[in-house]
This record gives sequence, C-alpha cells and structure tokens, in this order.
Amino acid sequence: MNRNTLRAWYLVHKWTSLVCTIFLLMLCLTGLPLVFHHEIDTAFQEPDPTLAIDASLPHKSLDELMQIALADRPGHAGLFVSWDEDRPVVNITTAPRPDSTEAEMTLRSYDLRTGGLVGVITDDGVMHFLLKLHTDLFLGLWGMLFLGLMGLLFVAAIVSGVVLYAPFMRRLDFGTLRVSRSTRLKWLDYHNLLGIVTVVWVMVVGLTGVINTLATPIVQLWQMNDVAQMTAAYRDLPPVPPDQLVSLQAAVDTARAAAPANRPQFVGFPGGAFSSPHHYAVFLQGTTPLTKGLLTPALVDATNAELTALRPLPWYVQALLLSQPLHFGDYGALPLKVLWAVLDVFTIIVLGSGIYLWLGRRRAPLEQRLQEVETGGAVSRGRLA
Amino acid sequence: MSSGGPGRVARSGSLFAIPIAIGLATAIGLIAALTGDGLRDVLSWITLSVPVAALICALRYRRR
Repeated sequence: MNRNTLRAWYLVHKWTSLVCTIFLLMLCLTGLPLVFHHEIDTAFQEPDPTLAIDASLPHKSLDELMQIALADRPGHAGLFVSWDEDRPVVNITTAPRPDSTEAEMTLRSYDLRTGGLVGVITDDGVMHFLLKLHTDLFLGLWGMLFLGLMGLLFVAAIVSGVVLYAPFMRRLDFGTLRVSRSTRLKWLDYHNLLGIVTVVWVMVVGLTGVINTLATPIVQLWQMNDVAQMTAAYRDLPPVPPDQLVSLQAAVDTARAAAPANRPQFVGFPGGAFSSPHHYAVFLQGTTPLTKGLLTPALVDATNAELTALRPLPWYVQALLLSQPLHFGDYGALPLKVLWAVLDVFTIIVLGSGIYLWLGRRRAPLEQRLQEVETGGAVSRGRLA
Repeated sequence: MSSGGPGRVARSGSLFAIPIAIGLATAIGLIAALTGDGLRDVLSWITLSVPVAALICALRYRRR
C-alpha cells in the first residue's frame, strides 16, 4: 500500500469514526440491557397465577376477546392482534382510529382461555425508554433514518479499519498486546485486536441494524406494491368502517384453511399500517425454525371473510424479517444473548479506545500518524531497527 | 511501503489467516442458530465463543 492509498483510508477511518462513534456508543450501551429485554421484563413481572391453570381448556373465540378488549377501551377500534409463542395469551392493540399514532395506541394482553386481562403493556418503563432511544432517539421516523445513516458510516469505519489493520500488523504476530511500553501502544493493540476479532459479528449487527431502521419505508413499499396489486379490485370502494367488520375469528379461520401447515402470528386490521383499507392481513408463520420468522400474509376480505390473496412477502420484507433476529441476538437461547453482550462490550472498548487514540494524536502532523499505522505503533522508524 | 526487508513482507500473506478463521467461525455461529434449535444452538454458542477465546489467548500468550 503506498502512502497516498494509506492516507486516504486513514482519513476515511478517522472521519467516519468521528461522526458516528458517539451515536454508536449510545447504541452499544443501550443495546446491552436490550439484549436481555425479555428476561428483564419477565423478572419484574408478577407471575400470573391464572396462566398456570389447565392448559387443555378451550380457547375463547377471537370475537369474544375483541369484545372484551374494546369494552375495556370505549371508543377504540382494533388495530393488531398477536399471539404469544410461549403462553396462551393474545395481545390486542386498540386505538381511536385505524391510522392512529403509536402514542394513542393501547396494548393489552388477554388470556386466550378465560378472556382475563393478563397485562397492560405500558410505555413508561426504563426498558421502553432505552428502546426508544436506541431505535429513534425519540425522533420518530427521521430519528430512525438518522441512526441508519450513522450505521452506514460505522460500516465504512469498520471496512477502513480492516484495511488499516494490514499495514499495522505487518511486523506483528496476531494478538500482540504490548501493555507495558506506553498507554497509547497498549490501547492501539487492544483497538486492533478487539476490532479484528469482532469484525464479522459487528458487521452483521451493524448492517442488520441499518436494515431495521428502514422498517417503515420497507413496509410502506410492500403496501404500495404488493398489497395495492393484490387488492386492486377494491381500490374504488370506501374503507370498511371498524363497526362493520366481519368476524375476526372467521377471517383467521379462512387464513388457516388456506395454509393449514402454518399458524397465525399476528393480524393487521383494515386501514392499519400492515393491511389494506378493506382487508384483515393474517400473517402466517412457518413451523420450522427457519420459516418461523418468514411470514406469509393472507389478505382476507373484511366484509365477508373470503380469501382475496395469499402471497409470500417480497425479498425486501423478508430481508427485514431476517434482520431482526440477527440484530437482536434473540434466536439461540440465553447463551447466545450472553455472547451478544460480551461482543457488544468488546465493541464498546473498540469505540472508546478509538476516541482515546484520536484525542492523543489529533495535534500531531498527519504524516506522523500515518507512520504509526505503517510501523505497527512505532513513533519513528529508528525504533524499528 | 518503502521500508521492511523481504523476509518481513513474506509474512503478510498470512496476516489475515487467523482473522479469517475467526470470521468464518462467527459466520457459522450466526447462521447455525437461525436454521434450527437444540444442537444448532449449541454449535452457535461454541463458534461465537471463538472471538472471545482469541482475546483470552492473546491476553495469556501475547501480552508483553
């Protein structure tokens, strides 16, 4: 690598890192407890004794459960219904209108067998605060997209970091940690070692994070393309008002009959963000671990419960769905989460040492800093001889 | 680069050998747990421990 190439990569690494590091530190620090979101929530929840009752009890119809939910929230309409994976619980989201904002929504969980209220999911806990900070800085869509941009800069910082790793390590054995010579050399070595051992993980978590920031436009694109195409015949009809919807249970039964091997994971109501103005969208999940996360929506006419279309999601929505576990680390039981946390701590050290290394040399001439990279940390060439 | 003897440069081919091995292990781990539970989860725990093991080895044998 000649001096000019090295200089270019060095400057890319310096500037992309400088811009994104403070946000990435925030993401890594908030992400650390978020890895254990489920465990933390469960630990602070009172175990519900009613959930322990006879598992063979029949489930109530979804219409009955919807009635209970709407009686709890007068003036609201249904928005989403989702099923818990590990307990007989249905989560019902209601809001004044199908297109209400997130702040106006209420999310309550009900026992599928008794219709009893299991819990109200609130937005005021510490974990919710961390999650909002982590996903959008409390700035909504623009916050998400901004963090996505920071993620892209982070990816550029990682790539340029790997490029700089080569000249730096040219004369050093892998894993060299020179801890006793100077503080700077010690952190240079830690920065390089932790950076290179985490590179694949951090790239995957970074890139999938970027894809997750695009969730809203991705779903909107699907609505504009696929949903609009599948429901073209309904285009000129007025939206179905919430009080004239056909039975939810009938709609879900229609979807189940169309894909008997799958099971429903959630339902988007007509007019909401995941359906058309005239359809229930019943999202079916596969039953193998690999297909569990890849959903197939069945669009069911909300006036007569007949199937309008059943079509797999396009690649860009599949990519979004696949990005979620790969970003959250919640797909391989607790040990995977612990490893996620450890690698996250490694990344925090890489980010922190990066700031330290920049602070220490920011007044030094560029050529001297390049020499440090070229020589694996020696300040002058004389020391190499 | 202008400095460095020929003997030194010869080493640069293997510069990324260990990082690539660690990266492959990581990739296998990330994918394994996606494709199933049980043994595939265990495989992902083992392979994703490789980066952590690399740090521990470095701390133990390459610290000076």
